[in-house]
Amino acid sequence: MRHILSILVENEAGALSRISGLFSARGYNIESLTVAPTEDVTMSRMTIVTVGSEDVVEQITKQLNKLVDVVKVVDLTEGNHIERELMLVKVRAAGKDREEMKRLADIFRGRILDVTDKSYTIELTGTGSKLDAFLTAIEPGVILETVRTGASGIGRGERILRV
Amino acid sequence: MQLTGAEIVIRCLQEEGVEYLFGYPGGAVLNIYDELFKQEKVKHVLVRHEQGAVHAADGYSRSSTKVGVCLVTSGPGVTNAVTGIATAYMDSIPMVVLTGQVPTHAIGQDAFQECDTVGITRPCVKHNFLVKDVNDVALTIKKAFYLAATGRPGPVLVDIPKDVTQAKAEWSYPKTVSLRSYNPVTKGHSGQIKKAVQLLLDAKKPMVYAGGGVVLNNAAPQLTRLVRLLGFPCTNTLMGLGGFPGTDPQFTGMLGMHGTFESNMAMQNCDVLLAVGARFDDRVIGNPEHFFRSDRKIIHIDIDPSSISKRVKVDVPIVGYVADVLDEMLKLIETSPQRPDPAALKAWWGEIKEWQRKDCLRYDTKSELIKPQYVIQKLYELTKGDAFITSDVGQHQMWAAQYYKFDKPRRWINSGGLGTMGFGLPAAMGVQLVNPGATVVTVTGEASIQMCIQELSTCKQYHLPIKVINLNNRYMGMVRQWQEFFYGNRYAESYMDALPDFVKLAEAYGHVGIKVDKPGDVDGALAEAFKHKDRLVFVDVITDQTENVFPMVPGGKGLTEMILAEEL
Repeated sequence: MRHILSILVENEAGALSRISGLFSARGYNIESLTVAPTEDVTMSRMTIVTVGSEDVVEQITKQLNKLVDVVKVVDLTEGNHIERELMLVKVRAAGKDREEMKRLADIFRGRILDVTDKSYTIELTGTGSKLDAFLTAIEPGVILETVRTGASGIGRGERILRV
Repeated sequence: MQLTGAEIVIRCLQEEGVEYLFGYPGGAVLNIYDELFKQEKVKHVLVRHEQGAVHAADGYSRSSTKVGVCLVTSGPGVTNAVTGIATAYMDSIPMVVLTGQVPTHAIGQDAFQECDTVGITRPCVKHNFLVKDVNDVALTIKKAFYLAATGRPGPVLVDIPKDVTQAKAEWSYPKTVSLRSYNPVTKGHSGQIKKAVQLLLDAKKPMVYAGGGVVLNNAAPQLTRLVRLLGFPCTNTLMGLGGFPGTDPQFTGMLGMHGTFESNMAMQNCDVLLAVGARFDDRVIGNPEHFFRSDRKIIHIDIDPSSISKRVKVDVPIVGYVADVLDEMLKLIETSPQRPDPAALKAWWGEIKEWQRKDCLRYDTKSELIKPQYVIQKLYELTKGDAFITSDVGQHQMWAAQYYKFDKPRRWINSGGLGTMGFGLPAAMGVQLVNPGATVVTVTGEASIQMCIQELSTCKQYHLPIKVINLNNRYMGMVRQWQEFFYGNRYAESYMDALPDFVKLAEAYGHVGIKVDKPGDVDGALAEAFKHKDRLVFVDVITDQTENVFPMVPGGKGLTEMILAEEL
């Protein structure tokens, strides 16, 4: 099953490699990993999307908690949460495709950030599956380049992750 | 008061009460060595290879309750130390490793003797630090000692660039330290403890399985009281030997791959299993699926939550220091009117006694060749069971664990987790230094001893009267045993050809060497060795080449699928 782990870590050099090293050393899966400092610059927040059985995810959580730089770990998928990912995609947009591409971007609430006479660069946010859906909706041949941030997540309602 | 980084390092060690620092100098740590030279409080022990420094600090820690400390230089100093650090990490030994680093401006420039120390050691330390600012040296070292010794202990490394040891900072040493990201749960959950006690009191076929956590947390008295109070059988893991007295009638011997028949059978057939400071590893319970073919309730006490339900699912997990949790359990049991059902317990002991009748540690005593088991038994008798025994890794290690009965914790010093050949002799140096006057014996084999034999020189320099018992079968015995059992007797590269004359070698290092090759001479040779109170004596015992360690649970098999000596 897919799990989204939110992790508060000390903003120390090497904290990221401690975490990624843990995943590779113990054979855990990382689907995506995002990290940036929080409003408190001494701390970073990381979102890791992983896939594994309940037992494996329990071990991952325990192993993460054991790392000295890790302040807190929460499995967002245990409760209601919001998940967003940002994608930038450059597509071929010439001739008759140009109008169609614009329409499709609108349907997915994408924004066109950059335009040349042959291409569009579209910004899309949403859940990972929405971004996947956009990519499958357009013809594979027109995709020139994609870049995705990986998921970021936050708990719904009063659920708060902080120290 | 302004001090240099190097002065601060030494001051910190003094503040921590460090008695011995095991190390090897080099370019990046010269400033630290210069400060070491100017004082007498912290005594330095010069090893002959950095691996030896870490193992010595490790043995020092295992045989006392102190944090072992070592100091090595950058680059090769560090890479040589890695085996020692990984050894300590796998066995959760509290240790602080100080390493020199090239100056901060040279980091990342492929400088001479530069390596990414923090990167290389990251997977085999509890935590590590690179100190880039002299103002952080004292606090970082304080943190290192705190992290090493608390929670689940382990090695902590502090990497200090050379320019940091030259720069100056105001000296002050914090009395205490706390980290917001590090708060191990040390006190067991009282509800869980109650549940566990009830399970124990209701048990019909109980079993206590205690590991290295009991030794590390100094919980042997509590464990012993609990087991005796309840009248339960108790087994120890390789790391836990001495955590419960080896001569106690309730002790069923070590369990696991080379554990006793009765311990393994009892583990499989019990109805309530109390696991204390142990982690159900592959050498202990064999194949977990097979282990779960029998139904039992499992109580698991451990300081590390990630050790719980890692390999086996448990019913009552209790996170906390085992000594504290056992204390709580004892209180509850002592005040409870209930006692385990005596009839059920009697029947259960009857089953265990039946298994004990197999006499699984029996061996041929009429052989014309020296049996290694006999040597260990004799060693046990001669030292009255009161020596510190360090070992290397392989057959001799298993025989020492099986035939030497440890009544006290911290007497059995071996590399259980990583299985590091070469551990025994340098570890014994640390043991001897922290236990001056005690009998310290290294049980080794001709393959293992050659992996760190250079430390014989260190032993000479510091007058360490260790007794080295070399069970010499001219083979990497355990490798040979597996090749015999599982590889059709194809002994690929497991022989030991061109062996040195160990007697001459010992003498060349300035020690006493004795060689024995007849069973009748073993007693005399050992007795003579122990007569040399102030000398290191190397006893080269030429043993039966074909002897195997029994019982044996083959890798991947179930715990009760043991090969016994008689079956071959």
